Amino acid sequence: MSGHGNNRGQDTTIKKRGEKHYVMLYTRYERFWHWSQALLIFTLFFTGFGLHGTHDLIDFRTAVEIHTYAAIALIVLWIFTTFWNFTTGQWRQYLFKEGVLKVIRFYAYGILVGEPHPYRKGLQRKQNALQSLAYMGFMIFIGPALWASGIVYLFYDLWSSYSWSGNGLTVIAFLHTAAAFLMGIFVIIHIYMTTTGKTPTHYIKTMISGYDSIELTKAEVAYIEETHAVSMKD
Amino acid sequence: MGIRPDQCRLCVSVITVITDMKMLKQLTLVSKASVGACLWALILITTPAVEASDTAPSGTEPVDNNMNFRIVTDSKPSIRDDGESTADHSKFEILMGPFESGPEVTRACISCHTEAGRHFMQSIHWTWEYDHPETEQKLGKKTLINTFCTNAKGNEGMCAQCHAGYGWKDETFDFTNQDNIDCLVCHDRTGAYYKTPNSLGNKACSVMFEGKQPIPWSKVAQSVGKPGRENCGACHFYGGGGDGVKHGDLDSSLKRPSHDLDVHMDAEGLNFACTTCHVTRQHLWAGSRYNVMAHDTEGVGLPGERRDVATCESCHSNAPHSYNELLGSKLNGHVDRIACQTCHIPTIARGGVATKTEWDWRTAGKTRNGEGFKEKHYTQGNGEHRATYKSIKGSFKYGENLVPHYDWFDGQMIYTTIESQFDPANGPVEINGFQGSHNDGKSRIWPFKRMLTVQPYDKGNNTLVYMHLWGDDDDAYWGNYDFGRAIKVGMAKNDIPYSGEFDFVETYSFWPITHMVAPKENAMDCADCHSRKGRLNQLEGFYMPGRDSFHWLDILGYIALGGALLGVLLHGLLRKLFSNKIQQKDAS
Repeated sequence: MSGHGNNRGQDTTIKKRGEKHYVMLYTRYERFWHWSQALLIFTLFFTGFGLHGTHDLIDFRTAVEIHTYAAIALIVLWIFTTFWNFTTGQWRQYLFKEGVLKVIRFYAYGILVGEPHPYRKGLQRKQNALQSLAYMGFMIFIGPALWASGIVYLFYDLWSSYSWSGNGLTVIAFLHTAAAFLMGIFVIIHIYMTTTGKTPTHYIKTMISGYDSIELTKAEVAYIEETHAVSMKD
Repeated sequence: MGIRPDQCRLCVSVITVITDMKMLKQLTLVSKASVGACLWALILITTPAVEASDTAPSGTEPVDNNMNFRIVTDSKPSIRDDGESTADHSKFEILMGPFESGPEVTRACISCHTEAGRHFMQSIHWTWEYDHPETEQKLGKKTLINTFCTNAKGNEGMCAQCHAGYGWKDETFDFTNQDNIDCLVCHDRTGAYYKTPNSLGNKACSVMFEGKQPIPWSKVAQSVGKPGRENCGACHFYGGGGDGVKHGDLDSSLKRPSHDLDVHMDAEGLNFACTTCHVTRQHLWAGSRYNVMAHDTEGVGLPGERRDVATCESCHSNAPHSYNELLGSKLNGHVDRIACQTCHIPTIARGGVATKTEWDWRTAGKTRNGEGFKEKHYTQGNGEHRATYKSIKGSFKYGENLVPHYDWFDGQMIYTTIESQFDPANGPVEINGFQGSHNDGKSRIWPFKRMLTVQPYDKGNNTLVYMHLWGDDDDAYWGNYDFGRAIKVGMAKNDIPYSGEFDFVETYSFWPITHMVAPKENAMDCADCHSRKGRLNQLEGFYMPGRDSFHWLDILGYIALGGALLGVLLHGLLRKLFSNKIQQKDAS
């Protein structure tokens, strides 16, 4: 279905790095982070919109309890992951990369006519430029908007005695709701993008197993063979 | 109006036969202006064919003309167990009697309790007056207009049955004479003591004096104790002229309530007396309705600290729910804006006794066979039939298991007194309006019983009126059924200017709800309020999760979510189409 796996591409500006190898690209912690975060965000989304009155599928009291516990769990996960990102240096994955416009052009047009993906995944280049930008936006904008407003909301009792607390609650609720809509949009597009791999489920399988087939330079292969720093299946 | 009785007698009787309900009402109004109840009897006796046609369906029933409205069938006392007293009053020589009257007993009481009289005379139960420290209004039953029988003032002969004194029937009552204090109405623990009106009313009401056992004074005097629920209830359960009529959260079902009805007064459980919460110091009680403590921020008093409030917080603290669980913490977060009563009294009038919700004075004054009558078309939970019409009062509606009216309340009631002017065009007059808002920092959302009444007012001066209801004279409404005369005399008697013209106006009164606290498992659920169709829907100006949303943000948000979904579907569809094309191309 997706065209970027075949060799019909005319774009010769992308240099081939080397032979393809099946390597562990997403470590156990990354996958744990990703999937538990996914579960929590779905839970928060469902209960949150229940609280908002969008649907009646869950009663208010249960929704409050689940929403609060899930939010606390997600915050703990994020604190831990922030620690992980900085100690492992993985935070660099989210830095701005060149070629965003090329990636956008690919998803808008190239993908339809069978061009190859303009970005080659590498051992230390897990995300394309658009992905990095989107995840960065998620981590420094949508995420914090949600957890910051959520924490202030949760601890309403600490500031309820101020005269501005009534208006404050309105502002906080507004920010939280707005950020939740943004999160919803992110999740919808994110999930859709997972279907754009070699097969519609390729990326999902990758995110479950952690292994993907990527081009490795000779030096990388040698390094892996010498140190076993990264698990490689072939 | 100048028609003489004998002139109109014939025409009245003839027209009555052919007239319909509406005409009869007008007619009765006209004729009542000069024709007393006795004359009606005469007319109807001389013209036996005439029967009031306005109540046709029950025309054959015997006319129920008993206007008694405080029938207490269960006169046994409730159990109040405070342990054994240090004094057995049956051993006091002075209480051996014999006593002939209440004041004689009072003298005996005061001979030992030397300061009790002085203390009690400070009490609102004695003065029926309250000078509001903040609004500076002069309140109290002595002067106020209410939405039930409208005014005690001038009708003390009847209304002062609930005055804790002996013999207040008019202005001559001596408020300085300690002998006039009625100790027994609060302190009799036999149930045998009762009060009757202090003056004779009209014949229709005299039944209230009949058939009562004489009070065994000595026995009663020797059986005094701290008040049980039925002592306070003798008046407070029957406020507004009957069982449960006024409050909705106070009625005779609280004499021996079940656990579900009131978790504190539960006769088989905690069995609180009224004074367990309404703590007393020198015969002054905590818990004023005129000056409500709507938000107690102090909470519990340690021993030696204050014990002067009847608030929930004074026992349960300002954080009554458990912080050990999320729900409890969240509920504690409500205490600043939501009165305990709002969640913990899910409905009122739950004990099988109905409360009056609407009262229409306009229909009062109909007669049958020349006599006032009543119709009992409401059957309440405990099986008793309640009057939906009484000639002396008009028509009523009742409610049970009622969802209260909710509003922000800072504790300040603002009364429409006899002096207040209002514009009848502005909708119902709030007899005791109140203040409060979501952002004043002191109000909380409180439950109220709201009473809607249509009652007479002075059309010329736009004020409420005093009616002369009670008396065995010709001017009393409860006898002549003539509003014009009753108002004129009621106003003149109290030196209130009256334009001479009356009409009817809608009024509201609000009764803060605080009794009938349900067991916690029956408290309201979050979603009872946190929902688009919740109980607090009419309260505006603040954001409440689950009820409110941001209109345009929601629209934008849903459009964006829908747009994202549509976008990715479209993209997927295009990918599908193009890949088919490419495959075909490859194949060729």
